Amino acid sequence: MELIRHNLPALIVVTPLVMGLLTSIIGRRGLGWWMAMGTTAAGLAMSVQLLVDVLSQGDRTLEYLMGNWPVPFGIGYSVDPLNATVLLIVSLLSAVITLYARKSVASEVPAGKLNFFYALWLFCITGLLGITITGDAFNLYVLLEISSLSTYTLVALGKDRNRRALTSAVNYLVLGSIGACFYLVGVAYLYMATGSLNIADIAERLQPIYASWGTDEPVYQKTVITGFAFMAVGLSLKLALFPLHGWLPNAYTYAPSSVSALLASTATKVGAYAFIRVIFTLVGVGFAFGRLHTDVALMVCSGAAILVGSWLAIRQTNVKKLLAYSSIAQIGYIALGFALANRDGITASVIHLFNHALTKGGMFLALGIVMYRVGGTRLSDLRGLGRKLPITMGAFTAGGLGLIGVPLTSGFISKWYLVSACLERGRYELAGVVLVGSVLALVYVWRVVETIYFGKREDEVTVREAPASMLVPTLILVGASIYFGVDSSFTTHIAGEAADFLLKVKP
Amino acid sequence: MKDNPIMRLAVRWNIPFMAIFALYTQTHGELGPGGGFQSGVIMAAAFILYGLVFGGAEMRRVVPRWFTDLLGALGVLIYAGAGVYTMAMGYEFLDYAALMPGNPGGAEPWGMTIVEYGVGITVFGVMMTIFNEITEGTNPEDNEPTGESADTEYGN
Repeated sequence: MELIRHNLPALIVVTPLVMGLLTSIIGRRGLGWWMAMGTTAAGLAMSVQLLVDVLSQGDRTLEYLMGNWPVPFGIGYSVDPLNATVLLIVSLLSAVITLYARKSVASEVPAGKLNFFYALWLFCITGLLGITITGDAFNLYVLLEISSLSTYTLVALGKDRNRRALTSAVNYLVLGSIGACFYLVGVAYLYMATGSLNIADIAERLQPIYASWGTDEPVYQKTVITGFAFMAVGLSLKLALFPLHGWLPNAYTYAPSSVSALLASTATKVGAYAFIRVIFTLVGVGFAFGRLHTDVALMVCSGAAILVGSWLAIRQTNVKKLLAYSSIAQIGYIALGFALANRDGITASVIHLFNHALTKGGMFLALGIVMYRVGGTRLSDLRGLGRKLPITMGAFTAGGLGLIGVPLTSGFISKWYLVSACLERGRYELAGVVLVGSVLALVYVWRVVETIYFGKREDEVTVREAPASMLVPTLILVGASIYFGVDSSFTTHIAGEAADFLLKVKP
Repeated sequence: MKDNPIMRLAVRWNIPFMAIFALYTQTHGELGPGGGFQSGVIMAAAFILYGLVFGGAEMRRVVPRWFTDLLGALGVLIYAGAGVYTMAMGYEFLDYAALMPGNPGGAEPWGMTIVEYGVGITVFGVMMTIFNEITEGTNPEDNEPTGESADTEYGN
């Protein structure tokens, strides 16, 4: 056991990778799902153990050296309260959604491709966990590509239901590759200036460079600024921050239901995490926010994301696309939180990473049930389903309340912290934007809820409630999002730990 | 193209040398120029050359699809398996010292050799898969390996 515990940071990434490869070879018939389920369950156990281990450390960090090479030379994995939390989010959501995926995927993906589907599914999770845990800027790029390439394929596998999955996958491929390339170019510029790829080491070596900028002979000023600019734009593309969100709505809408849920609840969260890591640990807040005023740009973008995302969500007739635009708005809340760069703001960001993953994951799963039972997710398909699918639609409505931020749902906790962070910084207009965003969320959620409960169906089809294997995961996620709204001590504790950790390393 | 005697002869003579050069590159991976990636590409190029001249279906008769698909995954498994083995021996992931406890310097080339074979096998498998994906079903001739009508215009 000690052996496993020591190697946990490597195992959490290696296990899904190896199991994914095995799945692609032997995962035919039903076996692929069992292998994916076992792997993601093990991943959940490992990430819980890692979180416990990290919080018990005095300096709140765990280091792991790949191949036992010392850190600036080899790849080091480092775990701290922030990425332990994100690891928990990714592995929890992937385990619950895999539990759900079996029937949903079998009904949407051709049977002969199921082994490849689950292999890609595990590769995607490998990449997401790896991005989160790695302490190496270049390794982060590699894992970003692992997760992205498998994601493009997973989105394209929705083609048997709607051919537009192919065009949205290509669109996502082009924009995602541009984002990844920009990130890589940024890493190259920073490597030029510092000669290192390790995140902590780059941060250390940047200090004398920053110090020289006040003097007559500034070194590498343009290089570092250009590098950070490339990284910031590349990662904004990856996390779908407002003006760069173009790939997201169609990719979420036309992907298979389980893939939409996995992407919405983990992929953009990991992008946000990488952005937080770059700003707070790699280049430092003093440079990114103090000197370059990136925080102003981020506040403008995230404020616009909240308003425009919610506004566009109101106008959608496909509920899956409505949720996708709502995700753009929610990403705005997350970005706004860390742009404020105070304790409440970062706490709000991390809590919202967690809460939004639960809420949006649960809602996409509920929509997947509608897809499974009714065969479509347009508003007209949901009409009058409140009586036919009472539990599913109840879960969807509860998730919707979380999006609005009604008290006693987890969305309320995130928004509470966010608004208080805005007020602390004296940004009353941003607090206003958050509140207006909530009102817009009320409008788009109400449109769906009204259709569900008061709409009349012309065709009186008999629709049965979903099978338990799909219903239970949905209820777990929505139930958790309600639970963490009532008793938020766990989320605020770990998010507070993460915020303290980030602000302590502030240069 | 397979009706052109010069082309057939040139390809038949070249393929063995390409394969041997691929193995040569592979065995020099750990301490000199060369390595799994280059070796896998050269080896795949030998088979792809065969496929270009004699047709994709004929190539798939020699190296079936299931086999190259399997190799693509198998190579990474060898790579990751080496890492899992070192972890099981109580070392860090991919710490080659585990292969020869007490002599890390001597273990290093062994570890790299294993890993490079993994890389070579995967690159070979993936190159072949890409070629198969591109050619399969696009050329009507592919569906009938004995057909001899479609490409005479290139041959003469």
